[in-house]
Amino acid sequence: MARVVLKLGDDISTDIIYPGRFMATVLPTETPQYAFADHPEFNARLKGGQIPPGSVVVAGKNFGCGSSREQAASTLKGHELVIVARNFARIFLQNAINLGLRLVVCPEIEAEEGDELEILPDKIINRTSGKEFKVEPLPEARQAIIDAGGLIPYTRQRLLEKVACRRKA
Amino acid sequence: MGLTMVEKILARATGQKKVRAGQVVEPGVSLAMSHENAALVINQFLEIYRDTGLKPRVWDPDKIAIILDHRVPAESSKTATNQKKIREFVAAQKIKKFHDIRGDEGGICHQILPESGYVLPGMVVVGTDSHTTSHGALGAFSFGLGATEMASVWALGRVLNVEVPGTIKVVVRGRFPRQVLPKDFILYLIGLISAEGANFKVLEYHGPLIENMSTSGRLTVCNMSVEAGATSGLVPPDKETLRYLREEARIRGKIEIFGPDPDAEYERVLEIDVSGLEPMVACPHTVDNVKPVGQVGRVKVDQIVIGSCTNGRLDDLAVAAKILKGKKIARGVRMLIFPASFRIYQQALKLGYIADLVKAGAVIMNPGCGCCLGVHQGALGDGEVALSTTNRNFKGRMGNPKADVYLCSPAVAAASALTGFITDPRKGGK
Repeated sequence: MARVVLKLGDDISTDIIYPGRFMATVLPTETPQYAFADHPEFNARLKGGQIPPGSVVVAGKNFGCGSSREQAASTLKGHELVIVARNFARIFLQNAINLGLRLVVCPEIEAEEGDELEILPDKIINRTSGKEFKVEPLPEARQAIIDAGGLIPYTRQRLLEKVACRRKA
Repeated sequence: MGLTMVEKILARATGQKKVRAGQVVEPGVSLAMSHENAALVINQFLEIYRDTGLKPRVWDPDKIAIILDHRVPAESSKTATNQKKIREFVAAQKIKKFHDIRGDEGGICHQILPESGYVLPGMVVVGTDSHTTSHGALGAFSFGLGATEMASVWALGRVLNVEVPGTIKVVVRGRFPRQVLPKDFILYLIGLISAEGANFKVLEYHGPLIENMSTSGRLTVCNMSVEAGATSGLVPPDKETLRYLREEARIRGKIEIFGPDPDAEYERVLEIDVSGLEPMVACPHTVDNVKPVGQVGRVKVDQIVIGSCTNGRLDDLAVAAKILKGKKIARGVRMLIFPASFRIYQQALKLGYIADLVKAGAVIMNPGCGCCLGVHQGALGDGEVALSTTNRNFKGRMGNPKADVYLCSPAVAAASALTGFITDPRKGGK
């Protein structure tokens, strides 16, 4: 069971998730401090350790639109948040998969802050409202990256295969 | 059925006769571009090689471009240290397409790539910047990705597990009325199909208006295609593309021109006539919140910005200089001009645009992107309003979540500078 800790609307840009003025900070170990920095209350709760890993942010459509900044994915991954949205913008979706941030595409999701959600592979059960919502699978093309635990281990594996191949030849 | 432009490009990049939308491919990359976020790419690249016993070597140093443009010159010791790290990496890996902070060859990445002749029709171009969609203006399939994905490209030379995007064909007819520009067309289109209307799709542009549009205008259109969610904008290359590549990008070698098949399969076809189009403004805080300038109401402006990867080219500066020549911008308005590159800066100097703009009260900044996203100069105060030719008006975009950003063409921006209010350029300033 996971609790909804933040509810947001449509078109949440990467400028809202990780404001541009903190972009000089790049390392995934350093970005979590600026998550939702322009929502000072939520940012303070994250930094104060009041939000347990696995907590859920619920949003509308086009979550993560705008800039390709990977900080927007690494800052959320740093807090092990789960993002449930009606759909995601392309680059953010890929960055999240590459870094192992958990995203759930749920086109009909209805949930309020404080609701308890049970997230299953094919549906979400809102235990507070009693309603169920269908989950759409993530792009199949990216499954190999998800299975490898992210793009870094996946690329490392592919690189080693390539080198082994070359040595054989 | 024939192939769309992106299907043709990806078929070539994967050595196949044809590929279809929805198919998963791993295209070879022709050009991989980064800016200051190369600092993160380097970090992730070294991470890939950790414990492999292999020496970290980029797959092809001639296919990597790095342009410092987001925070130039450095605004903090942190940025300066990251830029230093990038220079050391560039030297160690022998990357030649590197544009540092220099008055002879510096500028914004999405201007440097086309004007340096780094992009050719049919290429697969990737960049760690969402506005990498720009280079579709030259007939390349060009899209943005994150730093870790770029690190993977640097290691392997291909993008892994790419789904061939479906294509929306946009056919544009008619002629622009006076003071209506390519920026007004793309703002109108984004308003029409919404900020997610082309998510995961390519916008392929056709029709007489596009055929008669300069490469500069096409760059504006493709640049902002991402604001409708598009993976890439694409203009099939033509005579104008050849002219640009020979005359402005100074390409001597062979240039191959090809377009989509006449019977290509599109997901959707949009027909737009621009004959009645008005100057458009995107109101806070989403790019699809678009209205004709006359319907915006009386909005007082504190800062006006002309420039960026969207509208900082010579023709944009010419439009502004023509409106402002011999006049004065309103008291209480700060006007900042960011030419898209130093080459453009020098051309604008020669043609007298810079003098016209400065005499009117504008401030010429060095080419760079920082202002657009609030990371360098030109931040807004609480409650202030900016009118800008840049590409995004998200909350907090120009450095302050308590400020408003409106987006428009250089003509609307210049006319508004004279009055201090958002102004229709057809009615003129004072």
